[in-house]
Amino acid sequence: MHAPKLNRRQFSAGLGAVVVTFTLRPEGALAQAAQLPGSLNTNRMLDAWIRINADGTATVFTGKVELGQGILTALAQIAAEELDLPLARLTMISGDTGLTPNEGVTAGSQSIENSGTALRLACAEARAVLIELAAKRNGWSADTLTVIDGVITAPNGNKVSYGEIAAASAAELHREATGKVKPKPAGAHRIVGKSVPRQDIPAKVTGGVAYVQDMRLPAMLHGRVVRPERYDAKLESIDEAKITAMPGVVAVVRDGSFLGVVAEREEQAVKARTMLAASARWSGGRDLPDPSRLFAHLKSLPSQDSVIGVKQASTPALASARTLEASYTKPYMSHASIGPSCALAQFKDGKYTVWTHSQGVFPLRAELVKALKVPANMVRCVHVEGSGCYGHNGADDVALDAALLARAAPDRPVRLQWMRDDEFAWEPYGAAMIMQAKAALDAEGRIADWQYELWSNTHSTRPQSTSGANVLAAWYLNEPQKMGPPQGIPQPAGGGDRNSIPLYDFPSQRVVHHFIPEMPLRVSALRTLGAYANVFAIESFMDELALMANADPLAFRLAHMKDPRARAVIEAVAEKAGWKLGEKSDGLRGRGIGFAKYKNLACYVAVVADVEVDRQSGVISVPRIYAAVDAGIIINPDGLTSQIEGGIVQSTSWTLKEEVQFDKNGIRTRDWSNYPILTMPETPKVEIALINRPGERSLGAGEGSQGPTVAAISNAFARATGKRLRDLPFSPSKVKAALA
Amino acid sequence: MAISIRVNGVSRAVAAEPDTPLLYILRNDLALNGAKFGCGQAQCGACTVLIDGKAARACVTPLSAIGKSEVTTLEGLGTLEKPHPLQRAFMDEQAAQCGYCSNGMIMAAKELLDRTPRPSEGDVRTALAGNLCRCGTHNRIIRAVLRAAQEMGRT
Repeated sequence: MHAPKLNRRQFSAGLGAVVVTFTLRPEGALAQAAQLPGSLNTNRMLDAWIRINADGTATVFTGKVELGQGILTALAQIAAEELDLPLARLTMISGDTGLTPNEGVTAGSQSIENSGTALRLACAEARAVLIELAAKRNGWSADTLTVIDGVITAPNGNKVSYGEIAAASAAELHREATGKVKPKPAGAHRIVGKSVPRQDIPAKVTGGVAYVQDMRLPAMLHGRVVRPERYDAKLESIDEAKITAMPGVVAVVRDGSFLGVVAEREEQAVKARTMLAASARWSGGRDLPDPSRLFAHLKSLPSQDSVIGVKQASTPALASARTLEASYTKPYMSHASIGPSCALAQFKDGKYTVWTHSQGVFPLRAELVKALKVPANMVRCVHVEGSGCYGHNGADDVALDAALLARAAPDRPVRLQWMRDDEFAWEPYGAAMIMQAKAALDAEGRIADWQYELWSNTHSTRPQSTSGANVLAAWYLNEPQKMGPPQGIPQPAGGGDRNSIPLYDFPSQRVVHHFIPEMPLRVSALRTLGAYANVFAIESFMDELALMANADPLAFRLAHMKDPRARAVIEAVAEKAGWKLGEKSDGLRGRGIGFAKYKNLACYVAVVADVEVDRQSGVISVPRIYAAVDAGIIINPDGLTSQIEGGIVQSTSWTLKEEVQFDKNGIRTRDWSNYPILTMPETPKVEIALINRPGERSLGAGEGSQGPTVAAISNAFARATGKRLRDLPFSPSKVKAALA
Repeated sequence: MAISIRVNGVSRAVAAEPDTPLLYILRNDLALNGAKFGCGQAQCGACTVLIDGKAARACVTPLSAIGKSEVTTLEGLGTLEKPHPLQRAFMDEQAAQCGYCSNGMIMAAKELLDRTPRPSEGDVRTALAGNLCRCGTHNRIIRAVLRAAQEMGRT
């Protein structure tokens, strides 16, 4: 099967390509309009999604962006399927404030659900429009026509191609979608459900232009920024003359406590950065908490408490019931992208163009407009893929940095890639969390009551997620802007409390979310938000309770689970792994299981991990992991497998190794030596069973396996050693302390 | 001043200071995108190139150190139209998510296969131990390298 074309408009300096304007509904009108599925509801025009070209190709627009997860390939499959066009005749245009629908942020494993749904319906409707046009033009009856590869055929054998009616279709597609044309049934799918190769991989493995980091525009300059040791420090002085005199330096940019340099060549910018950093004098800045008392400190901060997931038993648990309590913690974790964040910006004729790997070009533009103090139509943000981000890393911040540098060097594009320490020390981390669980077992060894509390900062300070400014440099400008008050993400998806309500059937339960607004360290969205920590705690505690009940962990789970799809993945992974009920360990090796339905809304994943413990070194190794997945109807089986196995390996790394280092004076994680991640020899082998559900809608899967993986490793360690680790990561020092 | 180096079999003159990291020369002067900036400290492997056949970190290799050595980059292995068996295998195994580490993985694997044409899985893991991947694509990368070794053994 041929891959569709990745549009490369971003790399043409002139940007002279097509510019389409959509008629958006006037504000207010939206409220009365009928609800449409997915992102079609907020981007209602058919031609905002799909246009047919005279050469018989189609241009497909999406507000979602490629982050290395293969989303553009999957969305192209959906569009091609409904249009009855070969994939190779599709061009995908994504994430451009000048061209595409606004679909907010590409996050939360929602692209297939939202953009996929919109494209499926818009393309089905577009196909119906094309058939109707062909029928009218030729006096055919629409319901007798068939379409193969973009050619409409009448019963008498006469044909008309999409290309021939492209011009006429333009006006017909320039209207609101009805959402009423039925997409194909799963049984008729020829492209959806196939492991179509990713369209972006060939360029990535041959040195093609694949990333924003690879863009080279004519007359391009190179920028670098200098940041202080401490959060909120104030820039007192720099030796500007000395830096300006350095070879190649075009501008030293200082705006309040924002500091950067622009040079002709990249290595000149890097050298100037070093000199600039050495000459800069800073004052003040905020102390960070004592890391050895972090969790006590977090719990001491004011919190906004909400009670969720309450179930009241008809009969209260007996006073004689056996109870168990446990407390778990998760540290700050870094996104730790391999490539530091990068952006290109050009300030020309009063307008900014910013090429960015942001997860949301429209929200980013809203922040840039505030910080640069220009109207929205003076900033265009164009998505170009970057190194994988796994959530809100430095992508948005570097875009404002680049725009501020570009303003000081008008007309010429400025490329800014953060250095490794910029990324590690200044990106927003995944929040540290505390989870406390308490439960009672009845006489039959069943859970009679479940009490769970968690403490966490916010899990999103993304652009536009609060009322204030949400890009780093904005807080340091001469006229600084403030971040708005942090907000939680409401249930049922949740933020810190994501997956904090167990899917199990307990007769009585209560979950309390202590949302802590004050952020000692800067935090935002890291893949799964709170789900990784909550699933770790819930699923570890399930095993602790199973042990108290003298039950096999697998049987104990099934005994408390009614959801048939949940049961199916748990049973499937047990079969795949060859789980033996009541299996005993030898003190060195163990096997554990973990389960979650991501967000309680998305895919079902169950994981079994095998671990080996070196009692001398304290090193846990994870030779093998099994998983079973139900993500509804599967669009691309290999793409789904890749996301699930990637999540498993990344979670293994989080679980065994990862913790942001800091002390009172600042972040100490500044390179890979103080933030080690899993290496190739340490990587578990992974085996995955996919359960396809053609009759069920697709469920997001990019974040489905991380929670079950940490739980499986945690439970496997406990099974191997008889000791329980409740504080992440499971570093050798903690292992040795537990086994001492 | 102009310094001449040999890259992918061609002699190239570049006007840069002798202490300039090779990585910036390759990317900015020679328009070779393969090698990536990851850490600038030889920790992650994203910038790996071959210098006289040996894997080297271009981010910490100064231009002046190249001398008469032969530099090979990802582009020197093969092209989109005529990929090297390693590049072909990375496509066939879909061995990339974001793919930012792919360059380093392929170049380190090239050095391995030149030295050890029939590596075991353990050999591959060890050879790639210094190359970091964040997306969790490790197993596919290992499969791709083993597949390339097999393909190359056939021809």
